Amino acid sequence: MSVKTPSKLEKILSSGNLAVTSECGPPRGSDPKAVTKKAEMIKDYVDAVNITDNQTSVTRMSSLAACIHLKLMGVEPILQMVTRDRNRIAIQSDILGAASFDIFNMLCLSGDHQSFGDCPQGQNVHDLDSMQLLQTVHLMRDEGKFLGGADIKRPPQMFVGAAANPFADPFEIRVPRLAKKIASGAEFIQTQCIYNVDKFEEWMKQVCDRGLHEKVYILAGVTPLKSVGMAKFMKNRVPGMDVPDDIVKRMADTPKEKQPEEGINICVETIERLKSVEGVKGFHIMAIEWEEKVPGIVERAGLYPRPEIGAEN
Amino acid sequence: MIVADKKPVEEIIDYVTDCKNILVLGCNECVTVCEAGGKKEVEVLASTLRMCFLNQGTEVSIDEITLERQCDHEYLEEIRDVADRYDAIISLACGVGVQFMAEKYHSVPIYPGVNTCFLGATEKRGLWTERCQACGNCMLAITGGICPVSRCAKRILNGPCGGSSNGKCEINKDLDCAWQLIIDRLKALDRLEDYEKICSIKDWSTDRAGGPRKVVREDVQS
Repeated sequence: MSVKTPSKLEKILSSGNLAVTSECGPPRGSDPKAVTKKAEMIKDYVDAVNITDNQTSVTRMSSLAACIHLKLMGVEPILQMVTRDRNRIAIQSDILGAASFDIFNMLCLSGDHQSFGDCPQGQNVHDLDSMQLLQTVHLMRDEGKFLGGADIKRPPQMFVGAAANPFADPFEIRVPRLAKKIASGAEFIQTQCIYNVDKFEEWMKQVCDRGLHEKVYILAGVTPLKSVGMAKFMKNRVPGMDVPDDIVKRMADTPKEKQPEEGINICVETIERLKSVEGVKGFHIMAIEWEEKVPGIVERAGLYPRPEIGAEN
Repeated sequence: MIVADKKPVEEIIDYVTDCKNILVLGCNECVTVCEAGGKKEVEVLASTLRMCFLNQGTEVSIDEITLERQCDHEYLEEIRDVADRYDAIISLACGVGVQFMAEKYHSVPIYPGVNTCFLGATEKRGLWTERCQACGNCMLAITGGICPVSRCAKRILNGPCGGSSNGKCEINKDLDCAWQLIIDRLKALDRLEDYEKICSIKDWSTDRAGGPRKVVREDVQS
């Protein structure tokens, strides 16, 4: 796949290196240090950092503003954008705003339903869906056009990604759905957290059988478990999450004080096993409010040091 | 049909608390079918109000009429001679009927007696569910006859999202995932390959987004 943008993440993937991304959730406040402190912890261990966009529909500092903080400290941001809160005017406007700060990566999502968050009485927008957002970014980047047809002066140069959940229902359309995202313009994929590696492998096999792994870079998502409570919560309460019983049991059989360490062991083992799965081109490590553990995971998984490839500016 | 639900009686009492002559006006169409604003519900509401005023010791006259429709000039004219006698009319029609009444009878306050909810169907007695959001640009032909605009909580046109679990929507375990229904239906029609067709960006200007809408048919205007 030829390089189309100045994105460092794209260059690393295109060079054949396993990429490593992580993510930071912006704060429920305006302190920039809440973002920069997390980024400081992980910046030498990952190639790019996702900034979530009002995840679980809880109001937070804007993803774009937090991305700018990262960019200014020399960390490559991945702007997450959900279609829940913005119509096509705001979406295009925010893409231009991000492009004005030379933010070169974007992840297109529909977003959690607002009923999960702190404004369940609010409207949702969904003027576009995630696939249509992918199409929009491509139109703006590749054709230099707005959705309204006018030309864009200095079009954005975004490496465009999407999420994929190999574990959601119905399983039979999980691969066709990925194909649709690729056809809509997804160039990289970050998957849902993988605990059920067997099922993930089954999905990846179908992905490879269709040759989709040659059309998109797939970053396997992992999240270290902090406790058996978290494992049970993820298993029972988070829609579209597949935590097998043996993982829950392994956490439950571990003394409480050792559970965080065991969660990290599981995470590192998962990465090790996923490295040999055909089509996996990198890892997306989502250490939720546990960013300080990312460097250790990256080191133990043999993914450190990171390649010395810079973004163009 | 238009599905409505009864308003809390306390809210209605608040509207008419100082009135002496009240008309409770039902509608014989959709709100009768969904048992929110037909003749039967008019009787129940009128009786409740009478009891309530009686308990307060206030003398209030409450009449009951149910029209064939409240969204039609012709039927609304039936109360032309009596409308002025009332200092409040509680309309149990949908929002269309309430507004049409208010447009026609300028000097009498019209209050809504129901909450108008959605365009839907009766699944069984006592259970009505949404089927249409009147987006003005029907796409049921490509989604196997199941509408993602009205039945997907995120009205995702290229679904399902990652929150579909065991055929149910992430926001409520009692709610079917519209995209699971679409996929099941496409499969039954042997058209699952249609799933991979990408639905392009929708023109929402025919939806609420385009402002109040009208349908003009000069061919049938006299």
